[in-house]
Parts: sequence; structure tokens; C-alpha cells
Amino acid sequence: MKLEKKDILGIQDLSVGEINLILATAESFLEISTREIKKVPTLRGKTVINLFFEASTRTRTSFEIAGKRLSADTINISASTSSVVKGETLIDTARNLEAMNPDVIVIRHSAAGAPRLLASLIRQSIINAGDGAHEHPSQALLDMMTIKEKKGAIAGLKVAIIGDIAHSRVARSNIYGLTKMGASVALAGPATMMPRDIEQMGITVHNKMEEAISNADVVMMLRIQLERQKQNIFPSLREYSQHYCLNRRNIALAKKDAIVMHPGPINRGVEISPDIADDPDRSVILDQVNKGVAVRMALLYLLTGGSQ
Amino acid sequence: MGEKKSFKTVMDRDGIDRCLTRIAYEILEKNKGMDDLVLVGIRTGGVFLAERLKKKISGIEGGDISLGILDVTLYRDDISTSYKKQHPGKTDITFSLDGKKVVLVDDVLFTGRTIRAAMDALIDFGRPKMIQLAVLIDRGHRELPIRADFVGKNLPSSLWEAVTVNLVEKNGIDEVIIVEDAK
Amino acid sequence: MKILITGARVICPAQKMDAVTDVLIAAGKIAALGSNTAETAKNRNGKDIKIIKAAGMIVAPGLVDMHTHLREPGLEYKETVASGSAAAVAGGFTSIACMPNTDPVNDNRSITEFVIRKAAEADLANVYPIGAISKSSAGSQLTEFWDLQEAGAIAVSDDGKPVMDAALMRRTLEYAHSLQLPVIVHCEDSNLSAGGQMNEGYYSTILGLRGIPACAEEVMIARDILIAAFTKTAVHIAHVSTAGSVQLIREAKVRGVKVTAETAPHYFTLTDEALQTYSTALKVNPPLRSAADVAAIKEGLADGTLDVIATDHAPHARTDKELEFEYAACGISGLETSVGLSLRLVEEGVLTLPQLIEKMSLNPSRILKLPKGTLQTGADADITIINPQLKWTVDVRDFHSKGKNSPFNGWPLKGRAVLTMVGGKIRHNELF
Repeated sequence: MKLEKKDILGIQDLSVGEINLILATAESFLEISTREIKKVPTLRGKTVINLFFEASTRTRTSFEIAGKRLSADTINISASTSSVVKGETLIDTARNLEAMNPDVIVIRHSAAGAPRLLASLIRQSIINAGDGAHEHPSQALLDMMTIKEKKGAIAGLKVAIIGDIAHSRVARSNIYGLTKMGASVALAGPATMMPRDIEQMGITVHNKMEEAISNADVVMMLRIQLERQKQNIFPSLREYSQHYCLNRRNIALAKKDAIVMHPGPINRGVEISPDIADDPDRSVILDQVNKGVAVRMALLYLLTGGSQ
Repeated sequence: MGEKKSFKTVMDRDGIDRCLTRIAYEILEKNKGMDDLVLVGIRTGGVFLAERLKKKISGIEGGDISLGILDVTLYRDDISTSYKKQHPGKTDITFSLDGKKVVLVDDVLFTGRTIRAAMDALIDFGRPKMIQLAVLIDRGHRELPIRADFVGKNLPSSLWEAVTVNLVEKNGIDEVIIVEDAK
Repeated sequence: MKILITGARVICPAQKMDAVTDVLIAAGKIAALGSNTAETAKNRNGKDIKIIKAAGMIVAPGLVDMHTHLREPGLEYKETVASGSAAAVAGGFTSIACMPNTDPVNDNRSITEFVIRKAAEADLANVYPIGAISKSSAGSQLTEFWDLQEAGAIAVSDDGKPVMDAALMRRTLEYAHSLQLPVIVHCEDSNLSAGGQMNEGYYSTILGLRGIPACAEEVMIARDILIAAFTKTAVHIAHVSTAGSVQLIREAKVRGVKVTAETAPHYFTLTDEALQTYSTALKVNPPLRSAADVAAIKEGLADGTLDVIATDHAPHARTDKELEFEYAACGISGLETSVGLSLRLVEEGVLTLPQLIEKMSLNPSRILKLPKGTLQTGADADITIINPQLKWTVDVRDFHSKGKNSPFNGWPLKGRAVLTMVGGKIRHNELF
């Protein structure tokens, strides 16, 4: 089976079969990162450009390591050093990069839809590494891979996602992925963090996090962006953390063997208490990071012609 | 499609077993026992043959011999050109290859490209003292300067034939067949 | 030279006329109507007369677009008064009123006079400048309405920006009322719409684009209706896009408030569902709304709540639109698709043809107090001939407007203006 897609723009566009293909391929790549020589020659001679218009350490590093472990040449361009600041448009940048003939462009952009615009303009494969509040497909894939490993299967699970859903691309991609794979998803957060009509995505919405967590197999916490306070999304970190912080008390409402996830970086003590974040029996946060490299290797491999 | 395909059986269950027994003895003879000897089967057919060889060698010499599994998909030279592609399987070599005498095991030796990929992969895992190659069938048509140390059967074939090794472990039957008119 | 248009279905809502008859034009004016009048009979075989055979066509009073953006001065790379005028007559419009959000803003006599001079040079359509309500449309200091009106401004508006200060809106309505100067309001609470890119709803949620709630428009419409009622003045509401707005205006009219309102073709043709491609051609302000809103807009047109179909013609250059959705400019180049899109309402049975023509010529003329929108004898010979059966496909490359920004590119449409006559002069002609 081959991935019949030029680009990975979002989980919305992926079928269950395609998600399974990516996850199965990523499984095979996990082992490479445990070798003494963590490199295979598969993508030798291929060029991967990481085009990041938004600051990112972990996602960019993860894509860079993924490319390098497959022997691709990876080049990082960040907005602060690129010509974007000199008034060049995304389209100019794209056309220039296209002329240099890379094989894959990984893009992160603060504007939703920017990867799609890029994909429509140039012939190379585009991977969306996060666009505004739209999608972050590689994050959702690594989350699903982690859940699958810890729980055996995704179908039939209850997953709670807590926090600022409105501004979260991670939440949207996970809602698409998890519901496609047969899980039920419960969201919780203050109404100011719930985007309009989100229940039409086939999930349930709760104001109190306890309702969402109750009997959950997986609890996924989202990062709170401090600057949202200025927009009156929440009155204070103090009040937010009193009601939406995952702690010993409310995690007890979830299933006994429930796992705790977080896309990082974590605000310890705000959305998740330190003892939960670092609880080896519950927290799979570092497993997520580990799976991230394998998932991104799989995406690069499949888009450059590899298949199952 | 639609063309008549005919096949003929060139080796049966007993034939395969006799070949493997012979190869087991040859491996031990050439290496003067099983000191520092490890087997590495190439996915997928080579893995089952390597497992059978491991049993036979252990049966002859007593004691255990390490067995690894190698997937060479990621080392192939035709990732973006071949239309018949393979899913990268897991590689599973849990022991060090440094200073070892490695016997690579595969079912059919054809162009030699798989073995080239396998040697590259092995060398990324460490520095074996020596790499040897054992195959059940050598059908000729080499495209690289590669030669097997242990061969079950030399089977001259034409390019439009396909040589298939079926094994109980994956196909439910032990046999080697030649399919003609294969395209 | 006289012109006689024969055999067409002549629709003139001002005279409640809808009949197959002839129209005689002389000296730039409507000279006579009717196929058997002495005047027309006498001229039928005259020497110095041009006969336009228009059987199967609709002859309407020249269409009036009370809401266009001509971009000149300052943004000539998007549109000029001349290119906008050419687009107008190509789309069947004989008169257009242009909004003041140019650079600099039309907030004083010299800009108004400049626009009028440019229009005279172009000599295609009648162009009526609209002056700004506040200086630089900044929303704090009133402009000189009296002076603007004397210079030729026919209304005031801060279109493109809301007048957020309610007290300023009150003073605007009062001061303009004393001059009988129409006030056109862009209703948007900019705190509620801040950062918004599209209608707030399911599609903004899944697209991850900041939403503009329907209430951002509705709270301002409610406010301006209350101020107009209190000050006993008239107010015209631009580009109505939501069901709630239609309901507010409907109720206000029942109560006798002097409120009039317009919508634009995209608000009764497209929904926010179309934005799933992130196509910036669909980015407009107010944004494309839900299917329920579209249904309510049609209802509002049918029951008379919405008086006018305007184009909100907002031409942009490629560089303003070929951008990330967030950074792209708002607006649709609408002059050349308006007739074709609006005729769909007749096809769907939302409006009768005379009702449609009323909303595209007579009503905007009345609201702007222009002597247009009528085929009465003695009126300026502003005439639009429409072929209601002509099937065509929108191709932005054919636009006369510099703005090729249309989400309707490639759409098959039925019906278009085939001849546009302004003051007795043929300014657009596909008929012969």
C-alpha cells in the first residue's frame, strides 16, 4: 500500500487506512532511534526544508532528527532569518524554494491555511507542522501512536481533552484522528475556550473538567498561553488552575490505568500538577516525544515514495 | 493479466530440508564450529530459513546460536523508482555484531541488490569479523559482484520466470516453484 | 440623433410599467414610451433615427449601484474611477456611488471634486461620490457635510469602518438630516469582530480562523436603529448579511423607523461552507454567513425589508489576495457579476423581475435622492437592456475592472446586461 497523497495538510484529509499505514510505518522506524548508529540511507540525496514562520523548538528538532536519521539533507529556515521580514510574501518564498528543487517542505505558520496555500502553488510535498489554530497532523499521529501502544487499540476508548480548545490545532487534529479511529472524545474548558459549534465535530463538550475526565482512558491536557489572559479568555492563571488543572484529586475520576498526555511545553502547576506530569505510571509525555521522531520519519518516507 | 501462467515445482519439502541440513554442516565445517557464529535472516523468507538453520546447527553441535532479523527496505536503492514496494519491517538484532562471523540467510539470490543492502545495514550495526551468505536458491542474473558461500540449489532461470520459495511458516507449504510468463 | 428601442419588455417600477412596448430617446432624455403613440409612429421611418430591435430583451431604467469602491485617489493599482466606470457600464450600471475609503479618504471638498473630475474624464457612467462621516474615517471628528454636499457628495458614510462612538453617530444623523444628506452605515462592532476572518460558526471552528459573530453586525444595527428612531432621522444600512439583522430592520420598519437597507449578491449566493478551501476570493467583510442567514436574506429581499441590492464592488490587485487568508484583503469585484447573480433570485422565485429592477435602480435612487431609476418621459435616458436568457460563463480575465478578485470565476450564469445607455449615449453594447 502506498500513500496516494502529495501532501500531509491535516488529519481531516486522511482516511482510517492512511492513518493506519502511517502508524504501522512509524512502528518500524522506532527501532532505528535505539541503534548505535541512528541512521539509515533511505532518503540519501533527498532534501527536506523545514520552513518555520513561528518559533518552535521541539517540532522543528523532531522533524530535523527524523530527516537526518533517514539520511536526508535537512535545512532549517526560520522566519527571523528569512526574507519574510523583508516583505517577501509566502508565495515568493515558496517559488524560490521550489526553484531549488527540494523534495519535501515542512511548514509551520501562524496563519491557518498557509500550508494549503503553499501546497496549491508548488509541486513538492508539503507537511503541515502546525498552522494557526487549524491542524497539527504530526502531533495527532504521534499522540495516536502513543495511545495505541499504551492501550492496544484506539477504538472504544474515551479520551478527554482539557483546556483552550479554541486556540488549539492539536485539539482539532486529535478530534479528527481519534473520532475516525473510533474513540469517543470529551472536551472541557471554560466557555471562552470552546469554539462555536464544535460539538458538530462529533464530540461532547463540558464546562467542568471532572465531567470530561470521568471514566476516561486518556487525559490530554493542553498548554495555556499566558498572553490569552489579555483577551479575557480567562481572568487569571490562579482561577484557571483552580478549576482546570489536572491533579491527584481529579485524575482519580478517570480509569485506574488512564494515561496522561500533553503536547508540551508544560506549564507545571497551571494545567497539570508536577506530580502528575512526572508520574511514571500515568504520564506518557516523554513517550509522545519519542514517537514524534518515528511518526515524522514515516511521513517523510511515505511522501518521498516509500510504501507498505 | 489473462495470460496463462504455468508453474512447476522444482523442490519439495524433503528437498528443502535436505538442502538446509547440508548447509548447516557446511557452515559448521567452514567456520570450524560455532564459536562467534551468528545467523541473521533477511525479511521475510530468510528469517524462517535462518530459524530452521539455527535449530539444525544447535542440534548438531549442541548449545545455542544467536539469531537476528534484518529488514533491508530502508537500505534499498530503489525507494522512489520501484513500483513494487515493501513495507519497512522491524529489524531485530539484540546482540553486538562486533567481531562476529555473521551468516546472512536469504531464500533466493538473484540480482544481488538485496544482499548489498543487507551488508550495508549490517555494517551500520557494528563491525563483524566476517560476513558469509547462505541462500536456498541461486537463480543467477547477478547485477553486482556478489557470490553465496552456501547454496541449496543452483537453478538457472530466465528473466521472465519468477522463482518463489513457499515455506510452511508463511504459506502453509514447503516448496520451490518456477512460475513462467510472469510479468 | 434619436434612438428607438423596439419590441422589448419594458419594466419601469416607478410607473408600475411592465409591458412590451417601444422607448424613444431624444436629446439624451426619454422622449416617449409606447408602441403606437404618435411620437413613436412618426419616428419609426424617420431618417435621423437609430432603431434598436430588442425583442426578447428587457429594457430597464439604468441600474444604480449605491455601494462601490473605486480606489482613486491613492490605490489606483486596484481600480481607478475610469476602470471602475468601465466595469459599471459593462455590468449594466449607469450610475454608481463610490465610497470614501480612498487614500486619502474623501473627507473634504477637494477629493470629492477630484473624483467628479475623474468621472467626467472617463465619461462612461454617472459617478456619485460619497463623503466620509468623520475625518479620515477615524471615527472621532465630523467632516464638513455642507461643503461636501456642495462639492457634489450625495451621501456620507465611513464604510469599511464602523462608527464606534454612538454619540458621533447621533450627531451624524442629526446634522445630515438638516441637509437632507443620506447617511449610510457600516454596522460592525469592532470589539466583537476584532481579529475575525470569517463568519463565526462550525466552519470557522474547523478551519481554525478567528470568527466574526453575527452579533457584531446586529448590535450595531440595533444601536443605529435606536438612534435613528430617537432623532427621527433616516439611516441606510449597508451590506446586511445576517438573519438577525434582517429581523431587526423588519421590526424597525414596522415601528415606522426610517431605516432602509441593502445586501449584496454574495450574501444571497454563498455561505461560509465554501471557505473550506481557504480561498481568499471568498474573504469579504461582513463575512459570508450560514445557509440559514442566506435564506433570511432572501426572505428579507422578498418581503421588502431589504430595499436594495448593491454590489459592494471591492476591487483588489492579485498581490492583495494571493496571501495567507489572514493577511488577504476583504472584498469581491462585483460590478460585472451582479446582474447575472441577481437574476438567479428571479429564477428561484424569490423576486419578480420588476421587484429585482426596483431594488437595483429605483430604490437606491430614492434613498440617495437621485433623479434616476425611472423611464418617465423627460428623465435622463439611462437605460439598461438585459438579455435574460443569455448563458455565459464568468471569466475574470474579461472583467473591465482592474479587480479580478471574484469567487464566481468560472460560474455559469444566465442573463446579463447587453446594452448600457447613459444619458442617451451607448456606453456598453453587445447587442449589435
